Amino acid sequence: MENKKARLLKISILKYDPHVKGDKPHIETFEIEEAPGMTLFIVLNDIREHYDASLKFDFVCRAGICGSCAMLINGRPGLACRTLTAKLDPEIMLAPLPFFELIGDLSIYTGRWMRGLNERLETWIHAQEEIDVHKLEERMEPELAEEIYELDRCVECGCCVAGCGTIQMRENFVGAVGMNKIARYQLDPRDKRSNKDYYELVGDEDGVFGCMTLLGCEDVCPKDLPLQSKIAYLRRKMVEIGK
Amino acid sequence: MNAKNNHKINKVPARLDFIQSATGLILALFIWAHMFFESSILFGKESMYAMTVFFEGYYFLGERYPFLIAVLGFFIFAVFILHALVAIRKFPSNYRQYRIFRNHMKSFRHTDTSTWFIQIVTGFVMFFLGSVHLYIVMSQPGDIGPYASSDRMVSEWMWPLFLLLLIAVILHAGIGSYRLCLKWGWFEGKNAKKSRQILKKFQYGFIAFFMTLGLLSIATYMKIGFEHQGHVGERYHSVEHAGKQVQK
Repeated sequence: MENKKARLLKISILKYDPHVKGDKPHIETFEIEEAPGMTLFIVLNDIREHYDASLKFDFVCRAGICGSCAMLINGRPGLACRTLTAKLDPEIMLAPLPFFELIGDLSIYTGRWMRGLNERLETWIHAQEEIDVHKLEERMEPELAEEIYELDRCVECGCCVAGCGTIQMRENFVGAVGMNKIARYQLDPRDKRSNKDYYELVGDEDGVFGCMTLLGCEDVCPKDLPLQSKIAYLRRKMVEIGK
Repeated sequence: MNAKNNHKINKVPARLDFIQSATGLILALFIWAHMFFESSILFGKESMYAMTVFFEGYYFLGERYPFLIAVLGFFIFAVFILHALVAIRKFPSNYRQYRIFRNHMKSFRHTDTSTWFIQIVTGFVMFFLGSVHLYIVMSQPGDIGPYASSDRMVSEWMWPLFLLLLIAVILHAGIGSYRLCLKWGWFEGKNAKKSRQILKKFQYGFIAFFMTLGLLSIATYMKIGFEHQGHVGERYHSVEHAGKQVQK
C-alpha cells in the first residue's frame, strides 16, 4: 500500500439548485486524493468539508440500508455509500437521479413519489377481519416467509426508477419498485386481495403490461432484489386474468 | 379493500400483451425456419428447387400449387400486421419521449436498454421492407425458384431490399426472442441471473448464425442472378423432376 502512489480523483458534480434564483445547471470538478477503502460517501463529505460547503447531497445510514444516497455515478444509478472509488476510473461524474424532484445538486426528493406510489398500489396488508393481537398469528412456511422477506428488503432508493427507460418516457408507469411491492403482497397469505384486485392496480400499461423488459432495474438494484423474475411472475399471474 | 366485484375489469391490456408476445414468437420461429429453407441454395440449385416444390405441395399432391405459398404468405402477413399493430404501442409516441429515451440510453450505457432501441429501428424498417417482400410472395407465388429468385435479386434489383431486410429481421428476431424469455420467465431455472447470461449468449449466437446464413444465401442468389442475367425469365428445369414437372 505504502509504495503505491495514491490516485488523484477528479470528481465532477452536476450542480444546480432550482430554489436559488438565477442558478443554472453546471458542472464543478474537484480533485481529491484517494484513500484506501474510500467510498463516494467519504469523497462527498470531504468535498463539502474542504472545498464547497454549499454542496447538497443526502445521507443517513452510510451502509446501504436507508437508500438516501442514490445518484447517477458515471451515468449509472447506484448508492454512493456502497460505491468504492477503487472500482471506478479516476474521473468520476456524479449527477442527481433523474425523474425525481430535485432539491439541489445531488439531493432529490424520492419520498413524495414513493408515497404516492404506495398509496396508489395500496401497499399494505388488506386483511378481511380485524386482527386480534391476543391471538397467535397464523403460521407461515419458512420458505414463504423468506421469499416475502426477500422482496421486503426494498429501500425505495429510486435506482430502479432511474435505470428504467420505460418510466423515463412514460411517467405514470409504476416501475420495478411498484411491481416488486405488488408481487410481495400477492405472495403474502395474510393479504386477502385476489389476483383480480391486483389486476385492477397493475393490469394495464401503467403497470406490468407497460414493462418493456429493459431490465435496467434488475441490473442496478443495490439490494439485488430478484426484480426480473418477480416482474415475470407478476406478468404471468396478471395475463391469466385476461383469459 | 379494493375488490370491486360489481366492477368489470378491462381484460384488453392483458390480451394485447399476450398477442404481442405470441405473434412475436410465431414470427421469430417462422423467420428462423425461413432462413434454413432459403439457404437450401447453398447446397445447389437442385436442393432449392426441391424445397420450392415441397412448399408448393408437390410431394403430397403430385402437382405444384404455388398458391399454397401465397396462402402461407397471407397468414404470415396477417400475423406480421397484428404484431406491428400491438407492438407500435411501445414506440416513443412523440419527440419528447424519443429524446428522453435517447439521452437515458446514452448516459446509462446498458446493453438491454440499448438493444431495445434496435428493436424500434428494425421494427420500423420492417413496416416497409417486410410488406414489400410479403406482397411479392403473395402476388407472384409461382416465381420462386433457383433462377426466378436469383433474377429477382439481380435483374429486378431486389438485393438492396433483401440485404436491409435480412439485417433488420435477424436482429429483431434475435433480440426479441431473448427479451421474450425474460419477459415471461422462460428457462429461468433456479438462478435467474445465470440463465439470463446463457440466454444472452444464445441471443448473440442466433444473430451471428442466421446473419451469416442469410448473407451467404443472398450472395449465392446474387451470383446465380448475375450469371443468369442474359436469360431473365427462364425457369430452372430440374434434373430429377424432368418430365414430371409442370412448366412454370
